[in-house]
Amino acid sequence: MSFSSKSPWIIHYAATSCNGCDIEVLACLTPRYDVERFGIINAGNPKHADVFLVTGSINEQNIPVIKQIYGQMLEPKVVVGIGICACSGGVFRECYNTFGGVDAAIPVDVYVPGCAARPEAIIDGVVTALGILDQKTAVLRASRGAAPTGVASGSQGEEGQPSS
Amino acid sequence: MSMYIGLFAYLILAPVAGCLLAGVDRKITAHMQGRVGPPILQPYYDVRKLLAKDKRSVNGLQTVYIALYLLFVAFAGAIFFAGGNFLLSVFVLTLSSLFLVVAGYSARSPYADAGAEREMIQVMSYEPMVLLVAIGFYLVHHTFNVGALARGSSSLVFQLPLVFVGFIYVLTIKLRKSPFDLSTSHHAHQELVKGVTTEMSGRTLACVEIAHWYESIMFLGWVALFVLTGSWISVVVAVIVCLVIYFLEILIDNNFARVKWQVMLSSAWALALVLGFVNLLIVYIR
Repeated sequence: MSFSSKSPWIIHYAATSCNGCDIEVLACLTPRYDVERFGIINAGNPKHADVFLVTGSINEQNIPVIKQIYGQMLEPKVVVGIGICACSGGVFRECYNTFGGVDAAIPVDVYVPGCAARPEAIIDGVVTALGILDQKTAVLRASRGAAPTGVASGSQGEEGQPSS
Repeated sequence: MSMYIGLFAYLILAPVAGCLLAGVDRKITAHMQGRVGPPILQPYYDVRKLLAKDKRSVNGLQTVYIALYLLFVAFAGAIFFAGGNFLLSVFVLTLSSLFLVVAGYSARSPYADAGAEREMIQVMSYEPMVLLVAIGFYLVHHTFNVGALARGSSSLVFQLPLVFVGFIYVLTIKLRKSPFDLSTSHHAHQELVKGVTTEMSGRTLACVEIAHWYESIMFLGWVALFVLTGSWISVVVAVIVCLVIYFLEILIDNNFARVKWQVMLSSAWALALVLGFVNLLIVYIR
């Protein structure tokens, strides 16, 4: 049994969105939708988070930020692109400064279209992402079980080298 | 024999009880905010998830510090529940907090650094009052032995009512409840991201969480010590008092905004000086 999907902590990043989708994301955390029912917490810290919610399209300014946040999150992790801008670039797709959707920067697991995406759609997207999170947890556990000696000796070697 | 029962009961049952307490805490908090809230076992799910995460940390040393933090928290509680020396338990607990502070500093991150500094200020804030509690116990029963204190002729709270009030005040700091959740907090955002635990993830964060379960149960044990007399009725009363005090903490948590550290430090010290010293003076003169 996997506990990842029972306690998905979220980090939320607003790329260049119009804030419409952000407001809908934050609406999910209000008593009306109360996503803490599912153990979802807005952690606001990439090192604690399992689910990365991104709104808005990707450009030169925010691509290092998104890669940085994604890189700081520990495996298993999933990325949810929220709103049409995050899915494909939306109305900004053809702009000279826009690279496109979030998948221009990092791998995306779930796309939630909409302008703006409704809280119900966002919750649905996150719940879909939780299924993927469980699969990734199983894969991680299997890789740990399959090669425990290899992984352990590799990490030990890295740590041991500076001292020796 | 009873010493070993207390010892092992604490080491095994305290995380279970602490986990359930944290779950009930979140449920009640959610209801106070007009929400349904997570399942009671949510803290357990959280820790199991953290344990299943990839094993990474900002440096190897931080993991060691946090392991020592957990070890010494469990040790402090074990001394207490085995009926050992109360003062030693207090000092071991202080040592454990210092390991948490050092773990925060070891990451060399501005958020964790600020969190560690605030954690240190929190230790400075509650320490005088906790020491006055220990001195109060000694003045009344002439012993620091928890086993003997728990079998006193009358409840300590009747001799030390003001010390008890002061202790409940600093208990809010120790349980990381608002308005004194300066160094790190369980809910909502704060200006320091997650304060002292910002750079901790996976297993390390799970250890911090388990240590917090141990701590919560030990503090409720301290509260119970004010009430226990040795008769079984006092045990029932002590459990009720602990639950009421914890509910009060949740209520305070939900009704107050975080204060600045100056307010926390000065108010905790002022209360320790006024309530603590006045009470001790009365006990001493009598």
